Amino acid sequence: MREVYAIGSAMTSFSRLEYPLSEIAAYPAMFAMQDAGISKIDHLYVANMGGGRVNGQTGLASAVVDSLSLTPAGAETIENGPASGASALKQGWMAVASGLHDVVMVIGAERMREVNNLEATDFVATLTHPLAEYIYGVTLPSLAGMFTRLYMEKYGVTARHLAMVAVKNHGNACLNPFAHLHQPITVEGIIDSPEAMTNNPFVADPLRFFDCCPVSDGGACVILASAETAKKLGKPMIRLAGVGQATDTHCVHERAEPTDLLAVRGAARQAFKMAGVKPSDVDVAELHDAFTILEIVESEEVGFFKKGEGHLALERGDTALTGKLPINTSGGLKGKGHPVGATGVGQAHEIILQLRGDAGKRQVKNAKIGFTCNFGGFGNNVVCLTFIREK
Amino acid sequence: MAVELEKILRPVDHPAPPFPPKLMTLASGEELVIRQIDREEIPDILPYVAPLLHVERDYYDIVSARVYAELLGYARHRMQDEYVLVAQIDGELAAIVNGRSMNAEVGVSLHTLALRRGLRIGAHAFAAKMEYHFDFLKQKEVLIVAESPIGFRRWMIEYKLEKRFGTPHELGGVPSWALTKELFDKARDSLVVGRRPVPEALLKKAQAAILPPSNPSKPPVDLLAATRALKDPTGTSLMLQRWTQEGKV
Repeated sequence: MREVYAIGSAMTSFSRLEYPLSEIAAYPAMFAMQDAGISKIDHLYVANMGGGRVNGQTGLASAVVDSLSLTPAGAETIENGPASGASALKQGWMAVASGLHDVVMVIGAERMREVNNLEATDFVATLTHPLAEYIYGVTLPSLAGMFTRLYMEKYGVTARHLAMVAVKNHGNACLNPFAHLHQPITVEGIIDSPEAMTNNPFVADPLRFFDCCPVSDGGACVILASAETAKKLGKPMIRLAGVGQATDTHCVHERAEPTDLLAVRGAARQAFKMAGVKPSDVDVAELHDAFTILEIVESEEVGFFKKGEGHLALERGDTALTGKLPINTSGGLKGKGHPVGATGVGQAHEIILQLRGDAGKRQVKNAKIGFTCNFGGFGNNVVCLTFIREK
Repeated sequence: MAVELEKILRPVDHPAPPFPPKLMTLASGEELVIRQIDREEIPDILPYVAPLLHVERDYYDIVSARVYAELLGYARHRMQDEYVLVAQIDGELAAIVNGRSMNAEVGVSLHTLALRRGLRIGAHAFAAKMEYHFDFLKQKEVLIVAESPIGFRRWMIEYKLEKRFGTPHELGGVPSWALTKELFDKARDSLVVGRRPVPEALLKKAQAAILPPSNPSKPPVDLLAATRALKDPTGTSLMLQRWTQEGKV
């Protein structure tokens, strides 16, 4: 197979956006083409989860390819829940690696704030098992709450550890002009103060308001190309070197050990093996912290830290911007936002910026290897990517 | 003659107890002081409201225009039984809330203007305003409307307001919603926070000067972008103005 490179990248603000879904998808694409210095592509993949249900927009890729005047390029919409973005990148990688196409555009876009938070939560909950979970009122926060309780009991994670993730990622988001939340928070303000219960009420015990990502609109785009094309552009060579995907039971309660995220473990293993690197080689990572507990657990499951010790690494400051392995420098889903279909592409965009040295105030020094984990369902469909800067 | 005419034009306020200042810690760890201001301090805050007159996002333009008029009405004695509370962080103006009494039993919520967004600053200020109506003015209900859908959803979801659609609200004559004492008491434990008395040093700092908001909403590049966007199904004009503000184009 051929090697595949990221030649262009861009994103909208992850925020509340007041324009249609197809434009949320189109604008980062235009900026990514400008970034790459190209005007033609062979194929377009658009990752989106809720266009049909939330925005009344189906066939999104067909709309976007025309909006961008890129017809007659092929175009497909990719839906894989909150992992749609990385799934679309995987499809793009396969198209270039196989030699089917030379330049492929991968967009992720979502417009969730067209509905209120309750409706958005219900829409995301439709990815749970319809008869074993959804009809009983299960939502993603409720699953995450139960998961967190188990994790706390088994591994000694506390509410304070969860708050530390939120504080760290809000701080990183303040350095990212495209992030949804630009609000520094403190452990005192969300845990210790007399007003903490109102500032940070329970959403799904033990998870509180600041343990949950915001509901966001947003779009992101990464353009992938063959080595031959990438070299002609004369930009830093950022290779999408490893792609991994794994699944787990649809129902969380069917897992032998619910605190193990086997799909994360499997997808990461593949992504590292294909790239020929180890978790300890990674310089910067974007993990899927839709809930604060997930950053801690994923940091263990992908192999950065031993199982049950992610919160200890957090305590030591290992995952801070200035730590040994900065995690979620963009602010993560917690601070940057989580427009579900766009998230995986947004994670890749952050890693590309970091490896190019273009991440501004949140730049990780000498970052050469980056990693993303895009978590679909409640860990039932996970896609991990490894990026390497070659020169 | 001028004095005689002024006697006719100037309403006479009913006696009202003061709002005792209160203090709360925000999620950011910063301390928010909410206190009542008198007519003399109104000129200090008008310059911070004026720049919002052209911020269309979340109806800041309509809200700030009305707040500006209400503040002038208060300062220059053209509004009866009005009060104004300000929320300050380290002296910085973070929110303005105001209201008035329709009569001894019914209050009217006028506006909640957050000059710093997020961290529940607007929600804390709104809760303080309702506390004033129920706990200090001893009213039975407060009539409420909202220009902004975000504000309306927040009050509706958090306080579960009742309909008073037979009563047009003073703001635009639209049907009123009401927060009753009973509903307020149900929400009190979870939504109404703060401590009294405010430590003297903090209160003195807040009273010493009302400092400008550090990150106010910015007026758009194109003043009529939102209006035009109503006829522009692509929403491009709104998107472009925002990106221009953010220096992305």
